[in-house]
Amino acid sequence: MPQYSLMINEQEHQVDVAANTPVLWVLRDHLKMVGTKYGCGIGQCGACTIHLNGNAVRSCSLPVSAIANASMKITTIEGLSETGDHPVQKAWVEVDVPQCGYCQAGQIMSAAALLNRNATPSEDEIKNAMSGNLCRCGTYTRINKAVALAATKK
Amino acid sequence: MALIKTKHNRRSFLKVSAAGGAGLLLQFSWFSGLAQSDAQPEDIAFDLNAYIRINGNGTVTIFSPNPEIGQNVKTSMPLIVAEELDVAWDQVTVEQAPLDTKKFSRQIAGGSQSIRAGWDGLRMAGATARYLFLNAAAKLWNIPAEDLVTEEGMVKHLPTNKTIAYKELIDEASKIEIPEEVPLKAPKDFKLIGTAVKNVDGVKIATGKPLFGLDYMEEGAAIAMLIHAPAFGMKLKSFDATEAKAMPGIKDVFTVDTSLQNPSWADVNAFNELIVVVGESTWQVMQAKKAVQAEWETEATAESTATHLEQFASVFSKGKGEVARQDGDPDAAFANADTVIERTYFGSFLAHNTLEPMNFFADVKADSARLIGPIQTPEALRGSAAAMLNIPGDNIHVDMTRMGGGFGRRLYGNFGLEAAAISQKIGAPVKLIYTREDDMTQGTYRPSYTLKYKAALDANKNLTAFEVQGSGIPSSPVFADRYPAGTLANYRAENFGIDTNISTGAWRAPRSNFTAGAEQSFIDEVAEAAGKDPIDFRLELFDNAIANPVGERNDYDAERYAGVLKLVREKSNWGTEIDGVYRGVSAYYCHNSYVAQVIDLVMDDRGNPVVQKVWCAVDCGIVVNKEGALNQIEGGIVDGLGHAMYSQLTFKDGAPEQQNFDRYRLIRNNEAPLEIEVFFAENEIAPTGLGEPGLPPVAGALASALYKATSKRYYRQPYMILEQETAILG
Repeated sequence: MPQYSLMINEQEHQVDVAANTPVLWVLRDHLKMVGTKYGCGIGQCGACTIHLNGNAVRSCSLPVSAIANASMKITTIEGLSETGDHPVQKAWVEVDVPQCGYCQAGQIMSAAALLNRNATPSEDEIKNAMSGNLCRCGTYTRINKAVALAATKK
Repeated sequence: MALIKTKHNRRSFLKVSAAGGAGLLLQFSWFSGLAQSDAQPEDIAFDLNAYIRINGNGTVTIFSPNPEIGQNVKTSMPLIVAEELDVAWDQVTVEQAPLDTKKFSRQIAGGSQSIRAGWDGLRMAGATARYLFLNAAAKLWNIPAEDLVTEEGMVKHLPTNKTIAYKELIDEASKIEIPEEVPLKAPKDFKLIGTAVKNVDGVKIATGKPLFGLDYMEEGAAIAMLIHAPAFGMKLKSFDATEAKAMPGIKDVFTVDTSLQNPSWADVNAFNELIVVVGESTWQVMQAKKAVQAEWETEATAESTATHLEQFASVFSKGKGEVARQDGDPDAAFANADTVIERTYFGSFLAHNTLEPMNFFADVKADSARLIGPIQTPEALRGSAAAMLNIPGDNIHVDMTRMGGGFGRRLYGNFGLEAAAISQKIGAPVKLIYTREDDMTQGTYRPSYTLKYKAALDANKNLTAFEVQGSGIPSSPVFADRYPAGTLANYRAENFGIDTNISTGAWRAPRSNFTAGAEQSFIDEVAEAAGKDPIDFRLELFDNAIANPVGERNDYDAERYAGVLKLVREKSNWGTEIDGVYRGVSAYYCHNSYVAQVIDLVMDDRGNPVVQKVWCAVDCGIVVNKEGALNQIEGGIVDGLGHAMYSQLTFKDGAPEQQNFDRYRLIRNNEAPLEIEVFFAENEIAPTGLGEPGLPPVAGALASALYKATSKRYYRQPYMILEQETAILG
């Protein structure tokens, strides 16, 4: 199996996996970083959202071979902040968003990517940017509140 | 002062023992010389030692007994203990207790019953410990206990302001006999209950810590996945795994059979004979699954939605159903009616679709086993595993992880059994993982339902008879003793079943999740025919049930039911008309709580409905944790709206036509209400649950608001799909 060198959360990781292995499973199975969740495997639910060079991508549909390049920098929920104090993470706790909590890492990564490119999103912009992430418990109104709160703290 | 039975006989004392780390575990010891488990009668619900650990640094660990599926019991159950124990919430850490039927009862996440069933026992545990600490200080200081109070983990002598921390009192407390009764706080003295407390796992969730079943893994454990028959009614004929076995990382491919001789209600499962692929990593196993060549054969009818609809269309004409309740003479009342209104409502099968797919970890040895994962019914799983593995239940340890949603799916622990069967077969620890497709196609689905309602109005537009006929695949969703039963003289409820080989089960707010929407839409239509405001019409019926209830078995309290309608009427300024805003109302009682909702709906410029605001009134008795309660109701509303509008599971040739979220539509952020405002009735009634009651009524309020917006009644869920197709039920 090919060996890949990956830049994840500002650290270099070496993995031996098949070229088509999705980054999701590299993170979960090989690097034991399980904050990124499996939900559907086809890019429909957003539970596996990570950042690729600051943009939100679905790690379940991103083959490892596509990111094995020094210019490809991955950030996962574990690396979004050192101590859990990213404004989006703090807003999530402050608004008490989660119910089951399973989708929330993906939601937080989508929200952080939104605020990277748009520091002051409107209500509609928030809803549209967050609509790729399913929350089966229905915490959407709190998600939107938390994103708006985080935007004021950026 | 309210007293509560400690359920301990005389001569029981607190036992202090070192717990892991620097903590001290509070335990009872028994002078009778009997082993602890023998001495405890079966009905002991809550045992102090099971709940409370006073740590060396003065903090308190409270164990949460019930599985956490997102209903927030891991926060709210310990909060109740902390209240009566009288400790500050920031001194408390919470740990999930394992399955332990000797210490806990009803370790189930289901039926919105955790808080209702746990309330007394949780209070008793906290109050008993508090009593012991208070009396320990009295003894130590030689001061009457009446002069002492507790506060934030300390006993305080008010006249002198002298204080002593609980942790300093443990030795002394262990010498005090546990009384048969201990005093409880009056609700007016609650410091924690009724406040807004954040999720105890909130920070861990926001930082991606491994909390969930899918995250649980042990070094050296294998990954396993299943292949089940592609359709209900089919079974395995043969398979060839030559290619799959040769693939990288694949250890073995074989079959297991999880059939049980005496399955419990929690063992619903259509596919017991399964092909198992075991390997080193998830992706490798997923690839190998596709390479397995399997042949399947038909053993029973391959059902399809088209034939289900034909069965529904004719079911009510096939003679009498089973009469679940009859009051008065509905046939005469219908014969003498001025107007008879008859409407039929349909609801699709639904999958649970917990965002965390089914999974379980199992490590089965020759005479013991460890089962770890997301399960709503750990005790039932242990029982079934014991039978299947032929290992005594006492030797099977079950740990509950946090669950990425439950909604009823994880009441049925087939995935836990499957993991156990695989581990036993390979003689090694294993982690079983379902793909999304496995999860959606091996379900315990919400049954498909049809309800036919019939109402009679006399010449003065009074409701004189009401009939509901219910049918479901496999069983009817009717609650015969619920509203409007009890509010009028002539009433009948009838049930019709339709056999199926599709596996079905409880889905968040079972039966209510469909019945509420249908019933409340129908009531709206009857109120309109009677020329009455829909809230006034409902309240008049409740007035009848308050003054002169018909029948003995009505399972609701008419005053509390009417109370939430009045509360939502007031808060939503019902009756005021805003241009372009369409309103619908609904009220429903289920799982011991009362909920009424008003929906404000607008149409966007493309003609799509947008729920602008949901107003919601709730009577669940005492609200334990305001924040968690709000979150449950908000989530229930979004969940109810989403499934009523968009979600369905259809079948063709025995197979679900939706197998992942590309075809199974779930509500998304931009389809959710812009605002939800929740109001709680204020009273001191013992609390009831909120995991389910917020969901059912919303489909009714939605249908009525849609009617106002479109002049069209909505009879078929999901409204946004089926109502746009040809009428299917004739």
